[in-house]
Amino acid sequence: MAKFTSSVSKGAGALLNWFDDRLPVTKFWNATMTGYMAPKNFNFWYYMGSLALLVLVIQIFSGILLAMHYKPSAEEAFASVEYIMRDVDWGWLIRYMHTTGASFFFILIYLHMFRSLLYGSHKAPRELLWVFGMFIYVALMAEAFLGYILPWGQMSYWGAQVIINLFGAIPKIGEPLTQWIRGDFFISDATLNRFFALHVIAVPLAILGLVLLHLVALRENGSNNPDGIEIKKNKDADGNPLDGIPFHPYYTVKDIFGVGMFLILFSFVLFLWPEGGGLFLEHDNFIPADPLVTPAHIKPVWYFTPFYAILKAVPDKLMGVLLMGASVAILFFLPWLDRSPVKSIRYKGLWYKVLLALFTIAFVRLGLLGMAEGTPAQTWEMRVWTLVYFMFFVLLFFMSPGAKTKPVPDRVTH
Amino acid sequence: MKKLAKYLFIAALLLPLTSLTVSAAGGAGVEHSGANINDTASLQRGAKWYVNYCLGCHTISYMRYNRLAEDLDLSEEMVMKNLVFSDSKFGETMDIAMDEEQAKAWFGKTPPDLSLIGRSRGADWVYSYLLGFYKDENGEWNNTLLPNLSMPHVLWSLQGIQTPVYRQETSEDGFTHEVIDHFKLTMPGSQSPEEFEETARDIAAFLDYAGEPAKLKRKGVGVWVILFLAFFTFIAYLLKAEYWRDVH
Amino acid sequence: MSFDDVNKGRRRFLVATTSVVGGVGVGLAAIPFIKSWMPSAKAQAVGAPVEVNIGKLKEGQLLKVQWRGQTIGVLHRTPEMVSDLSKNDAVLADPQSAEADQPKYVQGEQRALKPEFLVINMHCTHLGCVPQMIPQVGPQPFDADWNGGFYCPCHKSKFDLSGRVYKGVPAPTNLRVPPYSFLDERTLIIGVSPQGAV
Repeated sequence: MAKFTSSVSKGAGALLNWFDDRLPVTKFWNATMTGYMAPKNFNFWYYMGSLALLVLVIQIFSGILLAMHYKPSAEEAFASVEYIMRDVDWGWLIRYMHTTGASFFFILIYLHMFRSLLYGSHKAPRELLWVFGMFIYVALMAEAFLGYILPWGQMSYWGAQVIINLFGAIPKIGEPLTQWIRGDFFISDATLNRFFALHVIAVPLAILGLVLLHLVALRENGSNNPDGIEIKKNKDADGNPLDGIPFHPYYTVKDIFGVGMFLILFSFVLFLWPEGGGLFLEHDNFIPADPLVTPAHIKPVWYFTPFYAILKAVPDKLMGVLLMGASVAILFFLPWLDRSPVKSIRYKGLWYKVLLALFTIAFVRLGLLGMAEGTPAQTWEMRVWTLVYFMFFVLLFFMSPGAKTKPVPDRVTH
Repeated sequence: MKKLAKYLFIAALLLPLTSLTVSAAGGAGVEHSGANINDTASLQRGAKWYVNYCLGCHTISYMRYNRLAEDLDLSEEMVMKNLVFSDSKFGETMDIAMDEEQAKAWFGKTPPDLSLIGRSRGADWVYSYLLGFYKDENGEWNNTLLPNLSMPHVLWSLQGIQTPVYRQETSEDGFTHEVIDHFKLTMPGSQSPEEFEETARDIAAFLDYAGEPAKLKRKGVGVWVILFLAFFTFIAYLLKAEYWRDVH
Repeated sequence: MSFDDVNKGRRRFLVATTSVVGGVGVGLAAIPFIKSWMPSAKAQAVGAPVEVNIGKLKEGQLLKVQWRGQTIGVLHRTPEMVSDLSKNDAVLADPQSAEADQPKYVQGEQRALKPEFLVINMHCTHLGCVPQMIPQVGPQPFDADWNGGFYCPCHKSKFDLSGRVYKGVPAPTNLRVPPYSFLDERTLIIGVSPQGAV
């Protein structure tokens, strides 16, 4: 037995050498896995990146399977989705994987971004890492918007109608621009077909490229950590950071556990609660698109509602569009707005904790208000929280350089 | 402990802010139906009622007869004899012969396909809708959930005819309106009120099932998947803990 | 980092266990996705059995129907057509249909449940063209001793009136026989075998 296993491993070794002479397999493995030193104090917030990568794979996998049965035409789209749900063996599973994955993608990304706000992962030298992440976020929003039209339900149609009409607010070029986007004078088969091509091919390729850049940028400076300490500042005799541990096996093993926990949550929703109370799969979208009947209540899917609320808060259409755009754009500048000498919330004063808490509450509250009908009272509340949202960045810019900080230790704590 | 207290505090802060939850397909006038898709007998009765009273105008064109047979424990013979009145084959979908344009001419609106009403409105809505038909002052059919609808009360021979008893109500704007207080059965049907409620419940359960036939299966599969994943995650945790003994 | 008491055995065991359980999970998870490629309920409905009314099919007449995208021929053979079948054995590649794709319940040279009705898949077993039926006995441009049968114009394969393939033609096997059975004297159904038949 020992002779057999030793000759198998000798053979495997020889095969690996054959590849290594032609492709940097072992070099790559050492550089990204066994030789990549990550801080040893990663906590709960550090699971989200690898989980988001998992969800990307899930979406691509389920998306390809859906595309084998889905028909991207106005006449057949809605029926083809029901065909998948009923006639295709296990089609319902594939469909729910994709809708559940879409919502979980955003949950993970929002938590992933929040981690950065907690520990300053966006600060120098990781500004580009943050910017690539923001581009991924914008691409993800585009991908979700394009994907949502595909079932061709009432919400698909009318949600697209509202959002595309926003472009009409741009002076002079607005009308021709919306026509150009739609490929028609109104939302039609032409729009659906091109959104399908963008959703299945163009944007996924862009996301994959951006994720690659994101990971390369991460590797360049290494990960941040909850204490915001640069672990490379304290190295041992071999040149390895004292507070670093090789990504493999420690974080591969930890991430596998994280994947297990995540899949339990994911499966709970997929199998037992796929509609998510009307948030993940909206009730109105089970009605085929009807250009003659406007639904009582048009709203975007939950992950867009905070920004939708900001749009609704402003009475003027163009100003609303600009402010909504600004609320996403301002995030790109976070590395330069945050002028704090320390990275992590652990060593900042109370002011930052209060500011971040208010920002979070504002984001959540705006999200809820974005789903509501928009009574006058709700509109006023949306304005208040929009102000809080933007004030976070303004106050951060002005207060961060001078605020008192706690002394940052040399070595990581917990 | 401090961290837990911190998180609980934050959660407590956020909780009252979640008072704007999206309502599922509920709303005013919708009663709890008690429709149960796990009650196969109820689904079978619902299928019978639907085919006899509704299918003439309302297609359920995403349902196949053979799927119905499989899910409702019916043989092909039973289905073909009792549920198929057209020349449809066993594997075909539950469509009807009525022309869409004709229907529009007769009713003012094409009776919609009801394959997905269980998902867009929900079983409780369907139940309340079926119980909500009445004859109004003009002698026309009306409905509490869809005022001035064009659909007649197809089930009137079962329920009988109910007419509303009104009461005065003053609303916020200071005006007095007449609102429906309750219904009076002015002409009995072949079923008692309890029997008709069961009929309505059966139809609601059937349409709930028809909206998503996979629902009968997915929960069972899900439980096994989650149990397996729990087992895997436990093993993965042991593996993680073992390696992390090295750290610190 | 303390490497002093690394229990290599325990680590190997846990890695192996996690891998095995994970592998089993992935294997089980793959099943529904692979199954989703099987013909859907819609494909099965479209591919459902086809009933054929043969009450009015005259002797010598060929009726063609579609079943699962294939052209199926129902030929009402005359008694002479049936009795002449044994004359062809010398020129046939597989007179006993040893290699043919046909149900177990059609045997021998007649290849049918009832000798007077031949139910045959009319796609040439070479590359799928539909042969012409040339039932007349007598010299033909492609065969001086033609005894009646099917002639494929694409690459000149020849089959007799039981769909059995001639020697020396491009087609490798006899024409296929689909599963079929008789519902009554006037109706046969293509796609359903007789009750209890294997």
